[in-house]
Amino acid sequence: MAYSFPEEVLEHVFSFIHTDKDRNAISVVCKSWYEVERWSRRRIFIGNCYAVSPGIVIRRFPELRSVALKGKPHFADFNLVPEGWGGNVYPWIAAMAMAYPMLEELRLKRMVVTDESLELISRSFKNFKVLVLSSCEGFSTDGLAAIAANCRNLRELDLRESEVDDFSGHWLTHFPDSCTSLVSLNISCLASEVSFSALERLVGRCPSLRTLRLNRAVPLDRLPNLLRRAPQLVELGTGAYSAEHRPEVFSSLAGAFANCKELKSLSGFWDVVPDYLPAVYPACSGITSLNLSYATIQSPDLIKLVTQCQNLQRLWVLDYIEDGGLDALAASCKDLQELRVFPSEPYDMEGNVALTEQGLVSVSEGCPKLHSVLYFCRQMTNAALVSIAKNRPNMTRFRLCIIEPRTRDYQTLEPLDVGFGAIVEHCKELQRLSLSGLLTDRVFEYIGTHAKKLEMLSVAFAGDGDLGLHHVLSGCESLRKLEIRDCPFGDKALLANAAKLETMRSLWMSSCSVSFGACKLLGQKMPRLNVEVMDEGGRPDSRPESCSVEKLYIYRSVAGPRSDMPRFVWTMKTLS
Amino acid sequence: MESSEKLTSDSEGSNGLNLKATELRLGLPGSESPERIDSVGGLDKNGYPLGVLKNLVSGAKRGFSDAIDGGSGKWVFSGSGGSETDLAKGGGLFSPRGGNGGGKHLGGSESNNQHSSLGTPAKNDVVPQSPKPMHEKKPQISAPAAKAQVVGWPPIRSFRKNSMASNLPKNDEDAEGKLGSGCLYVKVSMDGAPYLRKVDLKLYCTYLELSSALEKMFSCFTIGQCGSNGVPIRDGLSESRLMDLLHGSEYVLTYEDKDGDWMLVGDVPWEMFTDSCKRMRIMKSSEAIGLGMVFLSFLVPFLFKFFFFCDYYGINWPLFPPQIFPNHYEIWAWIEMPIDLDGS
Repeated sequence: MAYSFPEEVLEHVFSFIHTDKDRNAISVVCKSWYEVERWSRRRIFIGNCYAVSPGIVIRRFPELRSVALKGKPHFADFNLVPEGWGGNVYPWIAAMAMAYPMLEELRLKRMVVTDESLELISRSFKNFKVLVLSSCEGFSTDGLAAIAANCRNLRELDLRESEVDDFSGHWLTHFPDSCTSLVSLNISCLASEVSFSALERLVGRCPSLRTLRLNRAVPLDRLPNLLRRAPQLVELGTGAYSAEHRPEVFSSLAGAFANCKELKSLSGFWDVVPDYLPAVYPACSGITSLNLSYATIQSPDLIKLVTQCQNLQRLWVLDYIEDGGLDALAASCKDLQELRVFPSEPYDMEGNVALTEQGLVSVSEGCPKLHSVLYFCRQMTNAALVSIAKNRPNMTRFRLCIIEPRTRDYQTLEPLDVGFGAIVEHCKELQRLSLSGLLTDRVFEYIGTHAKKLEMLSVAFAGDGDLGLHHVLSGCESLRKLEIRDCPFGDKALLANAAKLETMRSLWMSSCSVSFGACKLLGQKMPRLNVEVMDEGGRPDSRPESCSVEKLYIYRSVAGPRSDMPRFVWTMKTLS
Repeated sequence: MESSEKLTSDSEGSNGLNLKATELRLGLPGSESPERIDSVGGLDKNGYPLGVLKNLVSGAKRGFSDAIDGGSGKWVFSGSGGSETDLAKGGGLFSPRGGNGGGKHLGGSESNNQHSSLGTPAKNDVVPQSPKPMHEKKPQISAPAAKAQVVGWPPIRSFRKNSMASNLPKNDEDAEGKLGSGCLYVKVSMDGAPYLRKVDLKLYCTYLELSSALEKMFSCFTIGQCGSNGVPIRDGLSESRLMDLLHGSEYVLTYEDKDGDWMLVGDVPWEMFTDSCKRMRIMKSSEAIGLGMVFLSFLVPFLFKFFFFCDYYGINWPLFPPQIFPNHYEIWAWIEMPIDLDGS
């Protein structure tokens, strides 16, 4: 028997190891390490809430303080997952209320959170500090009132992009006067007015507040008062950025911004009136993150603002910036790491702005640190993609959305296979890729051959047949999430690569050509996969087995088929 | 090379199919045979044209693949039942290598011969490779630049879409007349149902279409009560009982308008309704009485009826021929909901 360290020593060593991957790695070294690790793990991230059950998690990790859960598939963001699909967090809260009375942090994404859940959270965890609800839904301001009232040590309340039943802004008054611990408050998704005086008092009595994201209903003339009470703010989201032009509002605003010397991140800017933008100029030199994706202002005003932010690292903006604006960005913001350009008129076929592939090429040339891109445009060429790939081999996230599906290279009329092929070939660290435009099986061959670090791939309206899917499943060694819609991928590739699916978190396929029979077969053969078929048209087994299923969601799980499926979801285990 | 020819013929065919599918038709909402494998082009056995939207809710999500996929299960023309060789033989298809004048200007007459009924590209001559728009029923929007949308495309989050929709640019004078955004999702709740649904009002043009869609969505909470795995529980409801339920008046469909008032659905023209509707609620008549709507709730059944079939009969709406309920297209019906709902 070899000498081994006492457990206390191991525990101390493990306390320096934080990332999930490392923790998972040390837990499989030997039994005693497994035991020490599981008792000392404080933080867990569960990428698919159905991959494991609350009971299993609690049994293995008895002392968690921080839990992160993700629910619905990513395509739920685009209304491809019908309401009622699942992802209800209540069973988790109920189980954790008993097992983790000292839970401090809960981060949920794309889950259904009811008021009941929020109330249970507020009552069960005495030391609750952080609640982040990202793209969640199912709750109302009543639930928020419970959190505000009962969580005495609340530090973070972040409702980013959640859908809230907003009855009134009154819930904010439920924060007791004794609450001084807030560090981060994000209510940007709420519709109603909150009580301004309550908000001002809350902001005033929380000296550690560093993040404040207001909602659209907070008018601009209220902003200076808020800023004066929180000059230490690091991240600010404005409300509506418009008012009648009154000089005193402007000077008050400009003074308030000048006073916020720590400001690094700005967002909000709904309903922008360009005349008020210069008020933020004093803060621009420190700004590293700028979210103008709701700001409907034109290129000249955008250029003026953006070129002031020499230290900009992240920019989210509408396509009003146009190629000219992106050229200016490339010239001024040499630290830029992430760029997202959203479409101002996504349903307009003609296109309303002068934003083309050239803008992205300019930024890729001018910004050496650019590694994360989300770009909506209406035209693209292989040549542009090849340039971008060669300019930025450090690219890690590349999501291109050419608005019209199956758009060709407009110069050569070829598919965009070669362009995307260059991306995966040159950008060896690419982790995330979204494809668009006209694409054949060739692009998937390139991806399977080169994209060895690719973890997430999104595909729409692409490919010729099963071979495309086969290239991806057999070639992409690091693939964790694959989501496909409207592609001619069928049974063969899926069945041939069934084992690969157990190495991934999930696979989504909708409007493809996977037959019901294949789904059943997969469900039978792979017990550790949950194969779920979604069909709002009725039972899939009321039609021939060779019929394609509407939507297919496959994920690995140690918890078996879930018990909360709505009527339009069938698991292939009970039906076989 | 065959694959490249097939590639072009796909886009050709998609384009060709676009045109056929965008023809206005007077089919019922959701009229399409669910057995796509049987549909070999033309009309299905009920005489409804194929490739037409299956139903405006779920069909919106699969109608596209129906349109393209037809019944063959392959990525070929709808109804072609064709193989790759058929497509290659389609003939007259330009080559992708910059051939004759550009991929964007496809002559309709060159389409696959199974679609000989197709005319030349009608609406616009720009980028016809787009996939089939979902909403064939909808009267075509007059502005040539606008077209019906594919669900979930472009991939933009609802929060952003809704923000932009109410954020019409001030310096655009046409902002009033333009479609601010391509979809209008509103929540629909039903008293007693365990969860809400969402519908995109832009998918429909009439109250009738909306009613059919809502019927489909909420039917499982009504006659066709379902178990946890979606199997309808047939607990012996007879046809006569069904008729009783249909003619009963247990439910009222209401909506909340921009002013926050709860209104009865059906009073105003459709466009006015979609402009002002923020959310909908299928309300029990007993509550409606409390709101003073009892008069309307008696009156309205004579004007509209709203009815639920699907799960009880285990068949989909399109297979339920109109002859059985001849005059139910213009009327709403209220039906009784089982008291105990198993929400799990």
